[in-house]
Amino acid sequence: MIVHAEGLRREFVLGRRRMLRRTPPGGRRRVAAVDGIDLRIDAGEAVGFLGPNGAGKSTTIKMLTGILVPTAGQLRVCGLDPVTQRRELARRIGVVFGQRSGLWWDLPLADSFALVRAIHRVPEAAYRARLDRCVDVLGLSEFLATPVRQLSLGQRMRGEITAALLHAPPLLVLDEPTVGLDLVSKERLRAFLREVNAQDGVTVLLTTHDLPDVERLCRRVVVIDRGRVVADSDLDALRTRFAGPRELVVDLVTPAPELDGLDGLPGVTGTAAEAGGLRRRFAFGPETSAASLVAEVARRAEIRDITVLEPSIEDVVRTFYGAPRPAG
Amino acid sequence: MRGAVALLDVLAAYFRLVRAGFDRHASYRLASLAGLFTNTVFGLLRVAVLLAVLGPTGTMAGYDAAATATYVWLGQGLLAVVLLWDDGELAQRVRTGDIALDLARPWDLQAALLATDLGRAGHAVLVRLIPPVLFGALLFPFRWPHAPATWLAFTGSLLLAVVLCGQIRFLLGLTAFWLLDNRGVRSLWASTSGVLCGLVVPLGYFPDWARATLGVLPFPGIMQTPIDVFSERGDLAALLAHQLIWVLVLLLAGRLVLSRATHRLVVQGG
Amino acid sequence: MYRPLLASRVRGQLAYPLSFGLDVLAQGIGQAIELVVILVLFGRVTSLGGFSADEVLLIYALAGISFGLADLVVGQLDELPRWIRTGELDVLMVRPLPVLAQLVTADLQLRRLGRVLVGVAVLAVVLTRAPIAWSPLTVVLLVVTPLVGAVIIGAIWVATCAVSFWVIEGRELANAFTYGSSLSTAYPLTVFAPWLRRLLTFVVPAAFVAYYPVLAILGRPDPLGLPAGVRYAAPLVAVAAVAVAALIWRAAVRHYQGAGS
Repeated sequence: MIVHAEGLRREFVLGRRRMLRRTPPGGRRRVAAVDGIDLRIDAGEAVGFLGPNGAGKSTTIKMLTGILVPTAGQLRVCGLDPVTQRRELARRIGVVFGQRSGLWWDLPLADSFALVRAIHRVPEAAYRARLDRCVDVLGLSEFLATPVRQLSLGQRMRGEITAALLHAPPLLVLDEPTVGLDLVSKERLRAFLREVNAQDGVTVLLTTHDLPDVERLCRRVVVIDRGRVVADSDLDALRTRFAGPRELVVDLVTPAPELDGLDGLPGVTGTAAEAGGLRRRFAFGPETSAASLVAEVARRAEIRDITVLEPSIEDVVRTFYGAPRPAG
Repeated sequence: MRGAVALLDVLAAYFRLVRAGFDRHASYRLASLAGLFTNTVFGLLRVAVLLAVLGPTGTMAGYDAAATATYVWLGQGLLAVVLLWDDGELAQRVRTGDIALDLARPWDLQAALLATDLGRAGHAVLVRLIPPVLFGALLFPFRWPHAPATWLAFTGSLLLAVVLCGQIRFLLGLTAFWLLDNRGVRSLWASTSGVLCGLVVPLGYFPDWARATLGVLPFPGIMQTPIDVFSERGDLAALLAHQLIWVLVLLLAGRLVLSRATHRLVVQGG
Repeated sequence: MYRPLLASRVRGQLAYPLSFGLDVLAQGIGQAIELVVILVLFGRVTSLGGFSADEVLLIYALAGISFGLADLVVGQLDELPRWIRTGELDVLMVRPLPVLAQLVTADLQLRRLGRVLVGVAVLAVVLTRAPIAWSPLTVVLLVVTPLVGAVIIGAIWVATCAVSFWVIEGRELANAFTYGSSLSTAYPLTVFAPWLRRLLTFVVPAAFVAYYPVLAILGRPDPLGLPAGVRYAAPLVAVAAVAVAALIWRAAVRHYQGAGS
């Protein structure tokens, strides 16, 4: 198990900075940013850490990488204790911070890579091979000589991921890497991470509040809210178990008021009409197949076009946010 | 009538700036404490060196132990009030171009900065001047003013010193319009200002030629003059006149340089 | 490992020779201010704390070189509050290198040599005039003292900058100690009140940067009556100072990990 966390807890004392400003109302309080997280990740997995802002994602990442010490709980990453064995762990993980740069700001990108190589003492041949591959797949050659501070965000993130992988770490941790990127850049990054995970067996742990990141890249999703894990399973299972109804959207040639009543339409839980009755929406549960429903509707009215809408993972996950805390 | 009302409005607006300057610095309590700590450390070191020079007669260049201690502790207290060294905010705003926003406002930039600075100085008098002076007065021989009128004169001299130093800082910041990176100018000021103003060693200790030269320049008006007024040393009228003349000269210089800088900004597009 | 980074920084600075020269000059002027003070004072008296002008200048010069060297090596720590505030410190912590080493090598501001140059210039002048008891030992002392002094000041610098981990305004507090050391080391210890002397000898060991070694170089016994060996104790004090600074720094980083942001 490459990440093993049990009962992870991290408290902060609010109002610590009271000397700089007036004491916040209510005085000093202890707040648990992470409140009992269990996490077990095996080598080779691709896990998405999902949650709204302030859920505790970044705090968990900081604990996993040795930046913060847990207030309580057990934690082992790559078999090491992140805080006491920080530097040893640093050799086995690659970290990409979305909001902070791990590259050297005023040096050309290539120099940053050379520095990373020196720091991790990567042998020349391996370094060349990995670098060439990243340059190739991520298209870095056009800005290898540009100082990092002049790079666009998309270019910089490509550089950051390359730098994080140069020492071939078994675990790659990314904290909100796609924030602020345009769609093309995001997709490129995801594709690369998918490849790295699938071909090289690098375990990828990604925090994000961008759901498509998770959909495109991760098989497993851990949903965090208010410091606790509220869901931890693979994507399809999530969708099946917690899915809302699918929706059939039918465009009719002429309005068909006979469809107002739902009799004869098994498994349909609701219906709505739009555009003066020319468009009808049917919500239906998993027991019904879309095909049979379409056939039924076709028997009653003349169909011009149909669309079947799946529940988005967004809807699924949103049911977890703000849901009342389970007792106990 | 309308003119008078308009004038009152303008004054009220500037007064609000004074208050804003006061409030802004009131919230940085810990920073003030840290600054006071530094003042105390340097005060202790400086007063030790200067007292060691007094020698067997107990006086030097007209300074006895009490006058020396007063000079050092009052100087440390005045440092933050006149704000001898600023954080380069004006130069920064010029460099980033934000200065265009300031210039576009319906106020007079020089007057606005002056008003804000007065507010800041007012707060500093409470928090940064009084503690070192009390500290020095309690632990060292200290010379308080003998005549009640001196307090009034000191207040006036302090006010002039604040404006004087503010204008120098203003002019230094304006150099950023011509030298985009005016770090060199500012660091030159940072290293030499202490000596030139009479903060580090009383100007009375300097050889005659140095004293005469510096006496003509505005710098002593920032530190040495208010301290001299407080210590009732020298001709009061001459001291205040020296400050007043330089304040007027620098205010005018500030106006001229600002208008040239604005012109340059408009013509060059920043 | 740190060499390519430092090399590129140095190259960057030397790329603009005029600007660099002015920077060096500015640093030199900063150091020379205290020289002006000393000269002005000695324009009025012939002895300060029982020491002549040349003797005080010897102390000042050695202290200045020490401070300049320390500033050159660990001066980057002044940036620590910014690293903490922006969270960039986290980036340093996920690298397999000591955090302190990374902070200190993040840049190498050669302009700080300006202070060293002024110190060396004054030293060169003073050496011809001061009543030095010349011997091989004296020569060794003259070479070693600025280096050992730099280590002591460097340790003070690290220890006091570590305060930034606890208190955001730590920079100002640290300045009081580092620049306070610069000021206090430039003068003979005899100038200060007894309690301050004890502080500068046993708590913040500024007295060992220049004062005690100069006593040895001049062949003078300590006017304050401490045993003769104390004058040679600077290297030992430096070792102790480094140990204390290392402990404080470690505690500071632990605090950062414990308290977080």
